Amino acid sequence: MVPEDLRYTKDHEWVRLAGDEATVGITAFAAEQLGDIVFVELPASGRSLQAAATFGVVESVKAVSDLFSPLSGEVIEVNADLASQPELVNTDPFGAGWMLKLKVTDAAEADALLDPAAYDKLIAEA
Amino acid sequence: MSETPGEAMPHTSPLADRHKALGAKMTTFGGWEMPLQYSGILEEHRAVRERAGLFDLSHMGELFVEGPAAGEALSAAVVSEPPRLAVGRAQYSMICAPNGGILDDLIVYRLAEERFLVVANAGNAPLVSDLLAQRIGPFRAILDDGSLATALVAVQGPRSVEILAPLTDLEPAGIRYYGIAEGAVAGIPALVARTGYTGEDGFEVFVETARAGELWDAMLAAGAAYGLVPVGLGARDTLRLEAGMPLYGNDLDPTVNPYEANLGRVVRLDKPIDFVGREALRRVAESGPARLLVGLEMTGRGIARHGYPVFVGDRQTGIVTSGTLSPTLGTAIAMAYVAPGDAEPGTIVEVEIRGARVAAKVVPLPFYRRPR
Repeated sequence: MVPEDLRYTKDHEWVRLAGDEATVGITAFAAEQLGDIVFVELPASGRSLQAAATFGVVESVKAVSDLFSPLSGEVIEVNADLASQPELVNTDPFGAGWMLKLKVTDAAEADALLDPAAYDKLIAEA
Repeated sequence: MSETPGEAMPHTSPLADRHKALGAKMTTFGGWEMPLQYSGILEEHRAVRERAGLFDLSHMGELFVEGPAAGEALSAAVVSEPPRLAVGRAQYSMICAPNGGILDDLIVYRLAEERFLVVANAGNAPLVSDLLAQRIGPFRAILDDGSLATALVAVQGPRSVEILAPLTDLEPAGIRYYGIAEGAVAGIPALVARTGYTGEDGFEVFVETARAGELWDAMLAAGAAYGLVPVGLGARDTLRLEAGMPLYGNDLDPTVNPYEANLGRVVRLDKPIDFVGREALRRVAESGPARLLVGLEMTGRGIARHGYPVFVGDRQTGIVTSGTLSPTLGTAIAMAYVAPGDAEPGTIVEVEIRGARVAAKVVPLPFYRRPR
């Protein structure tokens, strides 16, 4: 089971919403599929993101994958630890491997995201 | 490493069930379904550098050329000079088009006075088989395409000699680098070559496909005490790149000639037999290559990948052909073709990564050389 307190995208990002602040990362399933993550590129604080827009990339040894913002908002913090320890995305994808925090424009956008049961179903069928 | 789209049914390795039982992620490469990784690329890579890894290379093509004129026939077909090989020795080679473009890179082994083994890349093996058949036609030699009948398992890494020795009637330590011997491994008739694609000591063991499973099981069991682990194509790619070895399809293709690929030493323009590509290659040797394959080390933050453009100032000097984060060095490394004037080690270049220029410098190949 994936964490119950999160919402998910079909591109395998997760979001934890607290008031108008959202924390974003990629799921354990995504990290496992990518393999050993060796590089994470994140946006600068202050950047505005639209929901579903590319906000960065994650690179495994073999491949480059885009990251998509689950919600619209302004980047208020990125996880600086990932510059030197990108492997945190593999070892703790829902915790220390978080990627960015957003001040969201419209918290209601989260209603369009997958709930844990729907995301579980998605990865079971993948 | 590129997938081969549009191929209906990939070949299956005789070891496919074992890979799945070991938890491998599979991938299609060169028309074969092969293991990409087991425990993880970084862990498998380190195992080969520090201990040993076991590789299924059943996808490689094995082409046997036999007959009184087998050496001369091969000499007419490839750029190197197989007749100069002593029995039990091997040489790196290439097969080229009439215009000098590389159609595949190969290892040619001399198994006997009148018998050679040519090992071709999986995706090119059918083409190389056809070309060899055509090119040796006029000579007293025959081609036996053993690609499907032959399996190849490699053990690579510093513990390879210790792992292999108890399994074979041969003396592995006595086989020289780029040597090959015929014997038994785990009771199975085998050709044992001291060759590889990792930059480490190691052996490639050829057996009949029907007995590949037995060989794999015996080697995995014998290696357990030495920390041997199965290694997939993912780590094979990072290992070969650190070792500065080109990968056909990434760094070599029909638009590239051996001089551009820094493999001019392999071409024997003055051998006594005319060979396909000679005139074109002679012209390149005289006028100099139009571009050169070099090593790049990223000095800025980012990983160069296949297809990324390389700049010196505002001028595009070339293109990246392979790139990864080097697990051994911890830095991003790449191979790229650049203009000859920009090929000197120390030259500062920039790689365009997702629209941004990232600093890199030309460095000598290989990136990694094993301690001796």
